[in-house]
Amino acid sequence: MTSEKTNPKKRRSFLERHGALERNGTLLMVASLVVVSIGGIVEIAPLFYLENTIEDVEGMRPYSPLELAGRDIYVREGCYLCHSQMIRPMRDEVERYGHYSLAAESQYDHPFQWGSKRTGPDVARVGGRYSDEWHVSHLSDPQSVVPESVMPKYSFLKDVKIDGKYIQATLKTHRFVGVPYTDEMIETAQADFMAQSDPDADWDGLLERYPGAQTRNFDNASGVSEMDALVAYLQMLGTLVDFSTFTPDASR
Amino acid sequence: MDEPRYDEATKTYTTGHSYDGIEELNTPLPRWWLWTLYMTIVWAVIYSIAYPAWPLVSSATAGFLGYSTRAEVAAEIARVEEANSELNTQLAAVDLNALKDNEPLHQYAVSAGASVFANNCSQCHGSGAAGAVGYPNLLDDDWLWGGDMEAIVTTVRHGIRNEQDEDARYSEMPAFGEQLEKEEIAALVAYVQSLSGLDHDTTLIEQGNELFVDNCTACHGDTGIGDREQGAPNLTDSVWLYGESDEALTETITNARFGVMPPWSPRLSDAQINAVAAYVHQKGGGE
Repeated sequence: MTSEKTNPKKRRSFLERHGALERNGTLLMVASLVVVSIGGIVEIAPLFYLENTIEDVEGMRPYSPLELAGRDIYVREGCYLCHSQMIRPMRDEVERYGHYSLAAESQYDHPFQWGSKRTGPDVARVGGRYSDEWHVSHLSDPQSVVPESVMPKYSFLKDVKIDGKYIQATLKTHRFVGVPYTDEMIETAQADFMAQSDPDADWDGLLERYPGAQTRNFDNASGVSEMDALVAYLQMLGTLVDFSTFTPDASR
Repeated sequence: MDEPRYDEATKTYTTGHSYDGIEELNTPLPRWWLWTLYMTIVWAVIYSIAYPAWPLVSSATAGFLGYSTRAEVAAEIARVEEANSELNTQLAAVDLNALKDNEPLHQYAVSAGASVFANNCSQCHGSGAAGAVGYPNLLDDDWLWGGDMEAIVTTVRHGIRNEQDEDARYSEMPAFGEQLEKEEIAALVAYVQSLSGLDHDTTLIEQGNELFVDNCTACHGDTGIGDREQGAPNLTDSVWLYGESDEALTETITNARFGVMPPWSPRLSDAQINAVAAYVHQKGGGE
């Protein structure tokens, strides 16, 4: 810009220097990158170190192998497309679903399942709300128990038996991204996987490693099916934190 | 690039950019637009001071308005609880059998109960409380564990056959598939169907009757009218929780049924439990 040379009324102000950016593509790209990086650093980076964004809550533990497999099925079937797992801090949500979700409750979720669409209800605290039998009938044929439901049928889950062949690798992967699975947990992953829904198994070790895990035959059929895994996952959702002893810190 | 020049017609300078004699005017941004932009920048600065925003070393600035989502939702919940506290206190302590006589309180209980039901109960018992296969219809007067207010409150509070509540109602029908032969079960099915006047294989009745006396009367009673102490259904009426067909009854006798209801006392307050019981009680079948 050379306007000031022939236009004495106009000063060459700082704000008019953008002409250089507008006429130079590479410069514009570099400058955009700088601006976006500053935005990103200011908005995202502090979340990793600010104490009031990282809340430690008693009761949280990594998923047991069977729950983790159920969670993978939840992701595979795209449940998150219609169900959120995020109770927002508003009275109507709290009245309907229970205590609002805490960030810590999805601290071991990779990726988190907050979701952004509720065709069906939120499932962040669905654990213990219905019987196993209800979950099995509802997943197999939702309209058999809720005639007005538009949920698809997942009856094939009952027929697909799983053996946890790759569950150890899954646990290792989760440890790699920061979930505190111990060596012992990884060592016993497949055994724990098979034991959780087996009524004849010894559950002591499993319960010691994963306190609060629910141990029973979820689908009432022999063997471990995808139904067992998914129901085990659904029945533990939102049950780990004891909200009768939890005091929310107002600054969070 | 030419030198910018003053254009008389538009009273504006050109940028100096010219192509085939066509020149580009250096028209300034509209004032209203520019001032709106400046105002949004000022607003952003004020906002970031008023509300939690700037990250510091170990925490972020709290903002001079002291806003907190958690505090806001807690205050909102407290405000509504406060507004309903008188009715809820009354409802939690009410003499259940006298609730119906207290018209305003009963009205409140039924309305509150309707929303508790829609949120917590309708998934199994249906949004109209008509039930589904395996989940009892609450509109009729056929009750497994009793249909007066006390009984309904106990069922809601502790649930049925669950592991979480040690006061849960409990009974377990044996799976007769382990004890009886297939032909014997078929005879029992025919006999049970005869009790409520359904079509059945009459040739099996005698054997079925004997087997019924030996195996079933302890819970279902000599005449098959059931026993509410044990949640044993009445077999002489035409209400069937799991179906009255040959297949359904064979499955019931062979593998038994074990309907579970979760305990609601951890999730619902005493007032809410009484409210939902009042709602269910006035649906038609309340005793």
